Amino acid sequence: MTEGLALALTLAIPFAGAVLIGVTRRRPNVREGVTLVTATALFLTVLWLLDGVLAGARPAVELLEVIPGLPLALEIEPLGMLFGLVASGLWIVNSIYSIGYMRGNNEGHQTRYYICFAIAIGAAMGIAFAANMFTLFIFYEALTLSTYPLVAHKETEEAKLGARTYLGILLSTSIGLQLVAIIWTWQIAGTLDFTPGGILAGKIEGIFVPILLALYMFGIGKAALMPVHRWLPAAMVAPTPVSALLHAVAVVKAGVFTVMKVAVYIFGIDFLAVTGASEWLVWVAAATVLLASFVAMTKDNLKARLAYSTVSQLSYVVLGAAVATSMGVIGGSLQIVMHAAGKITLFFCAGAIYTATHKTEISDMVGLGRVMPFTFGAFLIGALSIIGVPPLAGSWSKWYLMLGAADAGHMVIIGVLMVSSLLNVAYLIPVVARGFFLPAPAIDPQPASAGAAAVPANPGGIHEAPLFCVLAPCLTAAGCIALFFFADSIYRLLAPIAMR
Amino acid sequence: MTLADIPGLYNYWIVILLMMTGLYIVVSRGNLVKKIVGLVIFQTAVFLLYISMGKIIGGTAPILTGRPEIFSNPLPHVLILTAIVVGISTTALGLALVVRIGDAYGTIEEDEIAKADHEAEFGGPETP
Amino acid sequence: MILQHLPALQIVVPLVAAPICLLLRRGDLAWGLTLIVSWAALAIAVMLLHAVITGGVISYELGDWAPPWGIEYRIDAANAFVLLIVSGISAVVLPYARASVASEIEESKHSLFYTAYLLCLTGLLGVAITGDAFNLFVFLEITSLATYVLVAMGAGRDRRALTAAFTYLVMGTIGATFFVIGVGLLYMVTGTLNMADLALRIADLGDNRTVLVAFAFLVVGLGLKLALFPLHLWLPNAYAYAPSVVSVFIAATSTKVAVYALLRFLFTIFGLEFSVEALTLTYVFLPLAIAGMFAASTVAIFQVDIKRMLAYSSVAQLGYMVLGVSFGNVTGLTATILHLFNHALIKGGLFMALGCVVYRCGSASIDEMRGLGRQMPLTMAAFVIGGLSLIGIPLTVGFISKWYLILGALEAGWWPVAVLIVATSLLAVLYIGRVVEVAYLQPAPEGRVVTEAPRSMLIPMWVLIVANIYFGIDASLTTSVAGTAARALIGGTP
Repeated sequence: MTEGLALALTLAIPFAGAVLIGVTRRRPNVREGVTLVTATALFLTVLWLLDGVLAGARPAVELLEVIPGLPLALEIEPLGMLFGLVASGLWIVNSIYSIGYMRGNNEGHQTRYYICFAIAIGAAMGIAFAANMFTLFIFYEALTLSTYPLVAHKETEEAKLGARTYLGILLSTSIGLQLVAIIWTWQIAGTLDFTPGGILAGKIEGIFVPILLALYMFGIGKAALMPVHRWLPAAMVAPTPVSALLHAVAVVKAGVFTVMKVAVYIFGIDFLAVTGASEWLVWVAAATVLLASFVAMTKDNLKARLAYSTVSQLSYVVLGAAVATSMGVIGGSLQIVMHAAGKITLFFCAGAIYTATHKTEISDMVGLGRVMPFTFGAFLIGALSIIGVPPLAGSWSKWYLMLGAADAGHMVIIGVLMVSSLLNVAYLIPVVARGFFLPAPAIDPQPASAGAAAVPANPGGIHEAPLFCVLAPCLTAAGCIALFFFADSIYRLLAPIAMR
Repeated sequence: MTLADIPGLYNYWIVILLMMTGLYIVVSRGNLVKKIVGLVIFQTAVFLLYISMGKIIGGTAPILTGRPEIFSNPLPHVLILTAIVVGISTTALGLALVVRIGDAYGTIEEDEIAKADHEAEFGGPETP
Repeated sequence: MILQHLPALQIVVPLVAAPICLLLRRGDLAWGLTLIVSWAALAIAVMLLHAVITGGVISYELGDWAPPWGIEYRIDAANAFVLLIVSGISAVVLPYARASVASEIEESKHSLFYTAYLLCLTGLLGVAITGDAFNLFVFLEITSLATYVLVAMGAGRDRRALTAAFTYLVMGTIGATFFVIGVGLLYMVTGTLNMADLALRIADLGDNRTVLVAFAFLVVGLGLKLALFPLHLWLPNAYAYAPSVVSVFIAATSTKVAVYALLRFLFTIFGLEFSVEALTLTYVFLPLAIAGMFAASTVAIFQVDIKRMLAYSSVAQLGYMVLGVSFGNVTGLTATILHLFNHALIKGGLFMALGCVVYRCGSASIDEMRGLGRQMPLTMAAFVIGGLSLIGIPLTVGFISKWYLILGALEAGWWPVAVLIVATSLLAVLYIGRVVEVAYLQPAPEGRVVTEAPRSMLIPMWVLIVANIYFGIDASLTTSVAGTAARALIGGTP
């Protein structure tokens, strides 16, 4: 197998999987089997490519030329490799979890769900391996459109409203701002290829640099920079595995990944550092980090709280790009991986709690930790990783981000990062603490949810969600720990982009 | 152009007058037949414009007689024959449509047609 | 021998077929003849385009009368492309027409319908091919008269088709008459009607008030014909109440041809410099185009009849085309010419989808669309793809148009305009999204069970939809032809 072929396969496998899922729609077991096999095949293909990339190879393949000089092309570089690994790896876990969740909750339209899921992952692969901004944009839109049916999955009025907000914000920012930025770039630079060191240096100057950067940054709505973050909480109406996909794997990570790509390969961090064009972005990102954390503290709905936590954590990545130093970029890129592992764990736990007890509000979850120890244990590990406690994955990204901020002389940002960690503690730990240390209320406060056959007959016993639903968060929680020890290999993968 | 030239160009003044009269009728009359009449006047004005533009005072018809003579330019006249044909077809078609509208609505007054359409669509008379 | 006379055959074949159609009396025979003629016209157009691209401009003297006295057919890349659009759409529409016409128009009128259709086709091809200003007027009126008749044939479904046709007739005639006045004034100062000749003599005249007045009359006249906002009032009703086939055909071709005529006058005859100096491009076309884009798109959002909604969308899309013109650079003009083609594919496909809905449900109001996503999956899938193309999602033709349009705006240095262009695409998201949501997320009305339209309608529709994607993925052919055409137009005399 040549590397070009493998690269093309990373796109072909998920789309072929989507077709096969459609074909096998009448036999759910086969259908889910197809999903799992596709996910595994994809991950193995990406993994197979890893060695070459670590050795410095840059496999590339051109699919077709849309407008003369503007091809649809793929090329792997370290950042994309990293994102590709995260997305394809977590798809396996998410598929396992989806099977448990969708069956456990008797959701409808499961075939549509798995098809859209496969297409979304295919689009994420396209984003990861895009060789130019144009290709990236196409898959970015494909990702938006393929996740719309997932968000509207329940087809209730609320779901439709949320999905409309989701689609509205993502489409309007991407077409309204990002596309303009892309065409502008094409017009001044004559190319859209991702080139180490950027393509804009010397082509644009003065006030136009920050304006173009702003068009990109707010145009990439998926990065959820305030004030274009509204779609994220709105998309909370989706089933939990979708939220996990949106918030931890594909969509938001595609957003911040695009931010990184633009900063590193379109502008070039040197160019950003010299012109100071990203100065404003540092402050907007820092403000998003703090404000979103504050909002998260006010939410009682667990998924809403996690959503705002995501908004906050995403801006770490933007911050890493905005400080425009090598360490910042490394920290931001690490954050893509580390946050993915941590946040997907938290979402899986939220879904497991919902599947087992149909509870969504944090205040109702008092004492649940004793009933669902595995779920809450995984939640604790995920939360600690997000906060950045060693030996958990999240600590590395914060470490490098702080180094990056220090290199750039932004001492205030170090303070912001520390305050943010404290805020994380304030809104994540109480969930676990109440679960474990407070006794369960004697009478279920919500008779309506009592009918869900969820409250255990013997209060002291263990009553977990279905096996698939518990297995997934435990796996990712273990991943959070493992990633702490493998951070060095990720650093080596990323080193080439930070060296100049 | 001096002031004295203006009466000399009276044919153009007539053209402009007719044109504006025609256009005004089209806009202001609600009766569809009258609209067509206005349209015809409007088009006729343009025919006159073309004809007077080809005419040379003292010129004769452009028939080859072998003697040096002043001709009127025949081309605009020929063109306007075509335009007249177009105009007649338009008038005929317009009137045919008016007949059909009369059959379908029972009226050829614009405001009554609008009222009928409104009632058909919303099931009640228009409220001002 | 025949190859030499291709330009004449392009017009003569449909023109002669029209009265034959009338004599045939029987609807199915008339349809068969029209189909053959359309495909022949397409074949001729393809050969002409090929000949122009490989061998340069073709000049054909009608009846061997040398220009500037005789009528000249002059074909360069620009009008060869327009010929291809018109005949291509016609060739796709006709297989679709049979079932649709049979369901919407009385049997006895079928041969009349195809006669008018052929005349309309003749006129459209004629406007595109001719190199003579007055001849252009004649063809424009042949088209228009035939179109009034075709629109009025929708009276079987809704009597408002009659009033729509009447309004169209009045406004179309005023437009045509303005056009004649302009041509007459040009003739007064130059003594010629041949476009190439006109271009030379106008350039020699320099600053001349009569030429300026002629220019104004021509622009307003053509503006009425191409439904330039705010001269578009005839268009929505005409498109909405016409028979489905007619909506498809005229939405995809007739305004396009008027846009082409405008381009020909602006760039070939008056020349870019004149048009810029007369300030028309910047101070007339630009604001009108933008106002049209916004106003018409906004009105489209509130339409109940989806055909009418698409009609307003057409007015907005014409705004895009005029906007490309107003940039006054090659990229902008390329965008306009590309969009002539791309929009024909988009609107053709969308109106065909609605034609299928009308065929089964009898109406295309938003209430009828409920639940159609499940009952007519192929039709609605086509509508969704066409809609995405209209919005300008990548890998569809709409995106290619928008790309060049924005590039043109940036080249002209008007980047706020670029932002406005994308802002209006978002309005398209609203009005298309509304239909899609109703079709897919709402249950069908009680008791209504409909199935897919017949295959003869589905296949042509999908041909256009696939073309939407194909030319969106591989735009090298269309962009290179449009680029050549733009340079041919802007480069002075044809």
